[in-house]
Amino acid sequence: MTLWAGVRTGVRGVAWYLKGLLGEDAYDKYVAHHAASCETDAAGLDRAPHPLLTEREFWRDQTDRQDKNPQGRCC
Amino acid sequence: MGVTSSTTKEPTALKRVPRDLAVALNPEELDAHDRQWTPLKIAIWSAISLLGGLSWVMLAVVRGETVNAIWFVFAAICTYLIGYRFYSKFIEKHIIRPDDRRATPAEYRADGKDFAATDRRVLFGHHFAAIAGAGPLVGPVLAAQLGYLPGTIWIIVGVVLAGAVQDYLVLHFSMRRGGRSLGQMARDELGVIGGTAALIATLVIMVIIVAILALVVTNALAESPWGVFSVGMTIPIALFMGCYLRFFRPGKITEISIIGFVLLIAAIVGGGMVNGTEWGQTYLLLDKVTIAWGIIIYGFIAAILPVWLLLAPRDYLSTFMKIGTIGMLAVAIVIIRPEINVPAVSGFATSGTGPVVAGTLFPFLFVTIACGALSGFHALIASGTTPKLIQKERQTRFIGYGGMLMESLVAIMALVAALSIDRGIYFAMNSSPALTGGTVQGAVAFVNGLGLTGVNLTPNMLTDMATNVGEESIVSRTGGAPTLAVGLSHIMQQLVGGTSMMSFWYHFAIMFEALFILTAVDAGTRVARFMLQDSLGNFFPKFKNTSWRPGAWAATAVMVAAWGAVLLMGVTDPLGGINTLFPLFGIANQLLAAIALAVCMAIVAKRGLFKYLWVVALPLGFAAVVTISASFLKIFSTTPGIGYFAQNRAFADALAAGETSFGTAPNVLAMEAVVRNTMVQGVLSIIFVVLSIIVILTAIQATVRAYRQRSNATSEDDAVQSQIYAPAGFIMTPPEKVLQAQWDALPVEKKIKVKGH
Repeated sequence: MTLWAGVRTGVRGVAWYLKGLLGEDAYDKYVAHHAASCETDAAGLDRAPHPLLTEREFWRDQTDRQDKNPQGRCC
Repeated sequence: MGVTSSTTKEPTALKRVPRDLAVALNPEELDAHDRQWTPLKIAIWSAISLLGGLSWVMLAVVRGETVNAIWFVFAAICTYLIGYRFYSKFIEKHIIRPDDRRATPAEYRADGKDFAATDRRVLFGHHFAAIAGAGPLVGPVLAAQLGYLPGTIWIIVGVVLAGAVQDYLVLHFSMRRGGRSLGQMARDELGVIGGTAALIATLVIMVIIVAILALVVTNALAESPWGVFSVGMTIPIALFMGCYLRFFRPGKITEISIIGFVLLIAAIVGGGMVNGTEWGQTYLLLDKVTIAWGIIIYGFIAAILPVWLLLAPRDYLSTFMKIGTIGMLAVAIVIIRPEINVPAVSGFATSGTGPVVAGTLFPFLFVTIACGALSGFHALIASGTTPKLIQKERQTRFIGYGGMLMESLVAIMALVAALSIDRGIYFAMNSSPALTGGTVQGAVAFVNGLGLTGVNLTPNMLTDMATNVGEESIVSRTGGAPTLAVGLSHIMQQLVGGTSMMSFWYHFAIMFEALFILTAVDAGTRVARFMLQDSLGNFFPKFKNTSWRPGAWAATAVMVAAWGAVLLMGVTDPLGGINTLFPLFGIANQLLAAIALAVCMAIVAKRGLFKYLWVVALPLGFAAVVTISASFLKIFSTTPGIGYFAQNRAFADALAAGETSFGTAPNVLAMEAVVRNTMVQGVLSIIFVVLSIIVILTAIQATVRAYRQRSNATSEDDAVQSQIYAPAGFIMTPPEKVLQAQWDALPVEKKIKVKGH
């Protein structure tokens, strides 16, 4: 591995961690989850329980859920 | 004994290999790896033990003229490593007994939103950011008056044997119950009486904690145009970030956090400019009462605004700042290695007459430092979001126990920062205005009159420091936050910028603390409001509907009024505020810990693990003894400086005798305020201690009942077969590496996906 490639892997790692920490990857995780549950639905009998939310809808829904279900922060 | 029953209730239907690859390592293989002591492993652990031992000797035995800060860091880290490797492993093996064949709630209840398997390293950061707030930064600063050693020992030993154990147990038990909250678990395990007492205690404790955190911010921002400006600017910055995420670029959190961070730095620099202007001095130089009202109004508005507008964006900023600043301070301490010129144990430890917080070492050290050593509030986080995000059962040790060790390290660094500043300045900053008169001359006279060896405060030291950090005055800036900020700026300026940068670093630190205190105030009010609505809903069903506006607003107003009243009481207290109220904060937090540990003890007993019950009973017993004796002292002590009712009686008698000034109260109004405040504080102490005794007694009752019945029952959710694999700790062990490589090599179509619903 060249130095440049090493730096790139490092930067990518930091970016991945930061995104995970701040929760930026939430939509990607939701889409992956939705795809997985649709796949099993195709094989089974059920239809997809919910239509896939768009990115904008998803984030609105996420903060709205926080409104209804507040979480404490520690002291 | 009950231990034998454990094998019979193992969920036998679970498979290690449900499909193509193993989802759990073989327990024998894991055990064999742990027991295999290669020469390298022996060498590493010997080195850690030796370094740790040497550091403790340097701190506790050698005690030269000064002691270097690096020994605190080494003693802490080495002890944490040993505690993590050996004690948490012991708890895992005998009490937790994780089973990676079982799916976690994040897997079997996956919805891609609230329940979502999260990478363990990311979740560790998440959990840490949620548990670490202003508490570990403030408590150690106040406890520094007792000398450096008592606080250090309590933080490090306490976390290994108590704090981290509590977090680990609660996290795991909640995860095994689908992420159930502490209140629900208390109800399940302790019955209606214990459960209800736990619920009421939690609500009251929440109010006290929010009030005292708000008091810390008020004290930091009073008489400081710079602080008011830069902290005030966080509101428009957060609103801008919220709108950006809502309307322009949804989901671009990292991007907007970086923009927000740059704006935050600009606000700090801007505050310095405003500080020098006429209008800054006219409009932003606010007294404590005005600031307190500002925070109360702010708290109400922030708690009824939608989350996306203010809370969520400030949360991102707060996480960003928290991780960054703590990392920065750690690096600075290791590079600068400040010399600490403070006695190991000061005379205040035994006399109990310390000006910062009244009371002798036992029990008041253990309630002054709560967060960082043992914090009951964590039980609410560990039974909230985190258990719903865990991928595999064995990860709870790293996240629960390990996360708390990190918080403890933060507390040690805060202690080091507070100890590194001149001791005379420390006492001038942390003695209440009632003692110093709020003036430089008064502070110098008071501090030099304490008769501390090696302390020789001059007026210039105080005025120079105030000028350096860009404040009007640093006399009687109680609450811990300004002291920590001075300590941080003192350390950071040696690394970056020199004296001219001190004012920037000082306000950076104030901003950093205010940011997450305000988030905690907002979030705490929301949680308390929901708890209140839930309880009221039992009598007036309409309140159960949390989206019913009038109900939501009324409940929010009640909660804000509750903490606002305590805050105003602290701000106007003729006796000083922090020194009378902070013990209540610590006691509240530790009583919550006792409640959480009591619930854990009942759970462990019901599972029939009596042989290892001491692991929970030890910290529970300690927390119970400390908090109940501290509460009793606060209620029954005849020394007015310590007992709330003794103080009450002294002032009431003086009033009855027709005196017009008494102690630090200059007039009749102030004397009446003391009578009122001490009565409220005393009654609160009684409520806390009675509720906690009820919870602890019901837990003991549940434990004894379980012992009599030779119980091996469980209130856990049914075991579900896991389909996914992930390693347990931060670094993969060799057997984990082998399995992970197999999973990585699996063709995409064969990768097991988490099923929904």
